Amino acid sequence: MAPRGRRGASRTASRAVGLAAVTALALTACAPGSGADDDAGGAAPTGPVSTDVSGAGDVTLTVWDQEVRGGQDEQITQLNAAFEEANPNVTIERVSQSFDDLSTTLRLALTGDDAPDVVQTNNARATMGQFVASGQLVPLDAYADAYGWRDRYPESVLQYSTYSPDGTVFGEGSLYGLPQVGEVVGVYYSRSALEELGLQVPQTWADFEAALQTSADAGRTPLLLGDIEGWPAGHVLGVVQGAHVAPEEVQALGLGNEGASWTTPENVEALTELQSWQQQGWFNEGVNGTDYDAAWQQLADGQGVFLIAGSWLAPDLQEAMGEDAGFFAPPPADGGELATTGGTGIPFSITTAAEEPDVAAAYLDFLTSDDAMQVLADTGNLPVVDTASYAPEGGLLADVYTAFDEVSSGGALLPYLDYATPTMGDTLGQTLQGLLAGELDPDQAAEALEQDYADFTSSGG
Amino acid sequence: MPTSRPAAAEAAAGQAVGASAPARGRPPRGRLTPYLFLAPALAVYGAFLLYPLARAVQFSFYDYDGLSVGTPVGLANYAAVLTDEGLRDAFGHALVLIGFFSLLPLLIGLVLAALLVRARVRGLPLFRTVVFLPQVIAMVVVAVAWRRIYAPDGTLNELLRAVGLDGLTRTWLGDYATALPAVGVIGTWYSTGLVTVLLMAGMARVPPELYEAASLDGAGPARQLRAITLPAVRPEIAVALTLTIIAALKTFDLVYVTTGGGPGTSTTVPSYEVYRRAFELGEVGAAAAVGVVLTVLVFGINLLVNRVADRQR
Repeated sequence: MAPRGRRGASRTASRAVGLAAVTALALTACAPGSGADDDAGGAAPTGPVSTDVSGAGDVTLTVWDQEVRGGQDEQITQLNAAFEEANPNVTIERVSQSFDDLSTTLRLALTGDDAPDVVQTNNARATMGQFVASGQLVPLDAYADAYGWRDRYPESVLQYSTYSPDGTVFGEGSLYGLPQVGEVVGVYYSRSALEELGLQVPQTWADFEAALQTSADAGRTPLLLGDIEGWPAGHVLGVVQGAHVAPEEVQALGLGNEGASWTTPENVEALTELQSWQQQGWFNEGVNGTDYDAAWQQLADGQGVFLIAGSWLAPDLQEAMGEDAGFFAPPPADGGELATTGGTGIPFSITTAAEEPDVAAAYLDFLTSDDAMQVLADTGNLPVVDTASYAPEGGLLADVYTAFDEVSSGGALLPYLDYATPTMGDTLGQTLQGLLAGELDPDQAAEALEQDYADFTSSGG
Repeated sequence: MPTSRPAAAEAAAGQAVGASAPARGRPPRGRLTPYLFLAPALAVYGAFLLYPLARAVQFSFYDYDGLSVGTPVGLANYAAVLTDEGLRDAFGHALVLIGFFSLLPLLIGLVLAALLVRARVRGLPLFRTVVFLPQVIAMVVVAVAWRRIYAPDGTLNELLRAVGLDGLTRTWLGDYATALPAVGVIGTWYSTGLVTVLLMAGMARVPPELYEAASLDGAGPARQLRAITLPAVRPEIAVALTLTIIAALKTFDLVYVTTGGGPGTSTTVPSYEVYRRAFELGEVGAAAAVGVVLTVLVFGINLLVNRVADRQR
């Protein structure tokens, strides 16, 4: 018995040693993130900036983008080639991956030794905001002055890549990125369905509600929505909110800045209207279990009349429906302002790891120049600057270009509601699924959203 | 001195006889030899598993966003894991999924395996292959396919309508009451094949004479199952439970693709929370804490399963 007992004891002892070693490693190893690049923190360009590229010598610019889909890939390939041709001393090393892949790898890449020079970073607080706060992105204000970017872009567009230097205020402060394309959430419709129902494109919010009622009375499905993913309902709420709530209020709520509240009567009214659409059976059946993509395909199949969704669906719907597809910006309420959710494509930013920020800035300028906007339009994208002047002759894309131009230059381009806080995307999706399922009443939903917003703003961002 | 003498005893003996002992002991490098053989594998294992694990444990004690320098917060991340209502729900859902991934397949597998082994069916290899097939398909593909089946106008609802059960149709993945069971059933479909094939292997070992003798003694099929089959396949049951419980607790892709945790929070699971925290919210420290707790839970439950299986043998 004795040897066995001893062996047991020594095994226990060696286990204890191993455990102690792991614990020691865990506790004594240096803090995570304190390694490689302490030099990266907030290296804002201090000297005068230069717009001269040819004097920089041979430069390799590493660019991480997410322009992988058809027209996106086409435009960036063309523009990169043109930039290299115009600046023979610059080589662009392009690393392209999907939006999801880019968002998961960018965080690691920025902190690594071999960080890219130019990256596409999502505007949201959880990405661009955090990168700004930790000093990974170069403020572009000096370049904006040198290149006249503030004249190029409407302020309502530029605010979505603007943060205070500590990353706590969104929409004010320094500029950290330039977008190429615009996005706007509006209403798609089937021209033939409207004709059959004897309806016109609604000019006011009341007209729109009446059109929904008429469609329902005629036995058609007035609105299509696929919300299994949770976020699509947020876009519908953005549109409803635009008709009920003052744009400044939505701005503050959407950007997660202090001074607004989700529990105001106007917001509750918007949530109530959204729920009433569901309760009256104005949506397709089983909204919470329907795929986002299935919903727009149903519009193409003639199963519904209207679809509230973003401009990014236009190429697909154009292809599926041809001349039958139409698009309009959500009409304003009586006496109200034209206001809907929208924004920009993922902006391009310069990292503090860039060795030649001047060259990187010239690249950004090139990507967003008038010539570039023409390339974007030619490849089926929605140019963010002077959109209407690039509009095609007719068809769905012409509608979309017009709607974006109307909203971005004449109305209010409201932020995506999930920009507000790092957790708002989930909170919004879960809350609206609950609202649509009748698990939550509008007051409870408003409180759930308010809690997320208030927790964040009161913690100082 | 017998060469098989335990090292510890040898060392004790050496101490007892004093300084002259080392001359008689084996050369020191002899004791290192096994470790030299272990070294290559250990180096790989250490670099890709132990080191990341240790780092994850370390991260879990920090408030760390993956970008800036982390600040140590002691056990705060763990306290948050225990008090966060959303996380508690997620762990609760994982436990429910164990029922669907492990227990249900075990019941179905026992019946299926008993049938397939004993009733000399023609085309047995075919059945075995068909039953095992779900294991071969990537989970993401499985999830996409089932999402189609559960869609409002998907296969399941159309089947129900075809047989006149219109009242039962619903949006399976979008309904608060049915989403979690619907996800669970996919798990059952996925695990049953593995469990069945494992159990069949175990049952094939039982000599048919035993059943013959039992039936001569008047034991019915149920009695035979309880008295002969079950004790015989206990090791296979333990393996099946271990594998499927791990699968249930680490479920990620299935939820990510089918429901994304919705509707509301009704199908959130811990692995999904790890992903969400680390990659969407940038709370790397908190994510590591959830991951460590999940690892401990997986270890704990499986230790329990194997202890029980060992003791009763």
